[in-house]
Amino acid sequence: MKMNTELPPGLALQKVDERIMTLNVGPQHPGSGHMRIIVQIDGDFIVACDPDPGYVHRGEEKMAEYRNYITNIPHLERPVIHDSCNILYPYVLGVEELLGIEVPERAKYIRVIAAELNRCVYTMYWLAIYGIFLGHSTMFMWPAGDRELLIDLLEKMTGARVTHAHFVPGGVRNDLPPNFEDVCLRQVNYFEKRIKEYAAVFYDNPILIARTANTGVLSREDAIRLGTTGSVLRASGVDYDIRKKEPYDVYEELDFQTNVLKEGDSYARSKIPWLDMMESCRIIRHALQKMPKSGSVRVKLKPNPKGGDASVYKRVESGRGSLGCYIVSDKKPEPYRVKLSVPSFRNLIALPYLLKGEKLGNMPSVYWSLNYWPVEADR
Amino acid sequence: MSSDSDEEPIETTTEENPKSTKVSTVEKELELPKFEKGIADKIVEKFGTRIKVAFVKPDRVRINVSRDDVKEVASFLRDVLNFDHAESVSGVDYPQDKEIEVVYHLGSYTDSSLSRQILVLATRAQREENPIPGNDATKLPSLREIFYSVEFHEREIFEMFGVYFQGHPDNRRLLLPEDWADLPPLRKDFAIKGR
Repeated sequence: MKMNTELPPGLALQKVDERIMTLNVGPQHPGSGHMRIIVQIDGDFIVACDPDPGYVHRGEEKMAEYRNYITNIPHLERPVIHDSCNILYPYVLGVEELLGIEVPERAKYIRVIAAELNRCVYTMYWLAIYGIFLGHSTMFMWPAGDRELLIDLLEKMTGARVTHAHFVPGGVRNDLPPNFEDVCLRQVNYFEKRIKEYAAVFYDNPILIARTANTGVLSREDAIRLGTTGSVLRASGVDYDIRKKEPYDVYEELDFQTNVLKEGDSYARSKIPWLDMMESCRIIRHALQKMPKSGSVRVKLKPNPKGGDASVYKRVESGRGSLGCYIVSDKKPEPYRVKLSVPSFRNLIALPYLLKGEKLGNMPSVYWSLNYWPVEADR
Repeated sequence: MSSDSDEEPIETTTEENPKSTKVSTVEKELELPKFEKGIADKIVEKFGTRIKVAFVKPDRVRINVSRDDVKEVASFLRDVLNFDHAESVSGVDYPQDKEIEVVYHLGSYTDSSLSRQILVLATRAQREENPIPGNDATKLPSLREIFYSVEFHEREIFEMFGVYFQGHPDNRRLLLPEDWADLPPLRKDFAIKGR
């Protein structure tokens, strides 16, 4: 089977005049992650940019069609292993709706706590890379170290440091270990104290502000038009957080607020995830307080459960934004089709707009401020 | 920690205890959710029998349209009903129907009454037994002029299913390698080795 050869294979570069140079940044460049960004520059300024993802495409969606609803869990979290609870969340919610499962109350709270811990772990990792992109090595060391606090908690909770595979249709895989609440509260309080200190060294740092403020500005209209999500959208002044707008599990009963900034520049985009982490700490504390102290955490399923002849679309707010999962079932133990609509993929479309007219030196900071995770975008 | 056999790895979760399986009342109450019904009614009022309302569930309305009407319906959804972006665009292959379905999940950031809603707009393209992506009958009108956010999603569907989007300014490969010469991989006839 031959593909059509008249269509340009791969990337078709635009016709350029002699002044303009084409640069391939990546896929093995430290400033691009696992993807290639093709930029055309005129002197020091970017005139056009073409993102080329796909270097870590693993066919998760195809694999999901060959495995049953339960065995899909460990591999579907692979695109973002450090945010694995959140990427499984919509899939698990969708399967629960397809199979008609009611989740026990305690499991819902455990899921929310795990999801918020995971959001912080993801954001700390992202922040560490953001620090190194900007040449700020303290901001690499601190988040990479402080993130261990929460990884320890997740390890106690799920048995694995990353790739937890903790959420299953019908609840969570296992109950909290004894005495977890106290340890969790203590660690989260300390964690919150630590991340507040980042303000002095990073977020209020005049050098950082000079480098990121007013670069890569995304207007409110463009953010909506391009369908961006998560921190990118909220940094451009649109208050849209799935946890508030379409609450799942017990988010409705928990006390937190969403962070919105108006500027839409790299600085605002990099600040939103940090502010979100403080809200996550609030959510975790409130959830620990409200959680039923005992009870079942998992409904047992029949072997090889089959969905009906239906389709379902569920979405959650992950560390990067709205993460949706579309599942089509055809009365078989395996799903007919699983589509992950991932925030990284949705936000990538904004990159050419943000980089146009920017200096080449600002490219890494603008690119990473999109809260982008290449492996997730490729799936 | 937890009791009995919960400690088994997930892959072998085959606890045979059907009595504790809770199956909630699958039967929907006859009363359809009011707000969602209102959205569906507005679309039916405008397009009549040209569209088919597949379901009306809480927060989700699904309509199926033919490929000739999809652009007109999408413009109506954007201009009159205020859906302003696509959350997700999925392809689903149906070899037995000789069709490939493309499903747009539309949402709204600007209209706060729609913030919970996802409107599912589905249309189907003809499926070819021996696809030549871009040069066969598997074509659909692109919604990129109407919803800018579908640009990369439609590029992905073109390479993964071979559905060519007419009017899309940039029908290039996105994720697959440049020298990929096999079937579009998410079609059902592209089999994984050993499965």
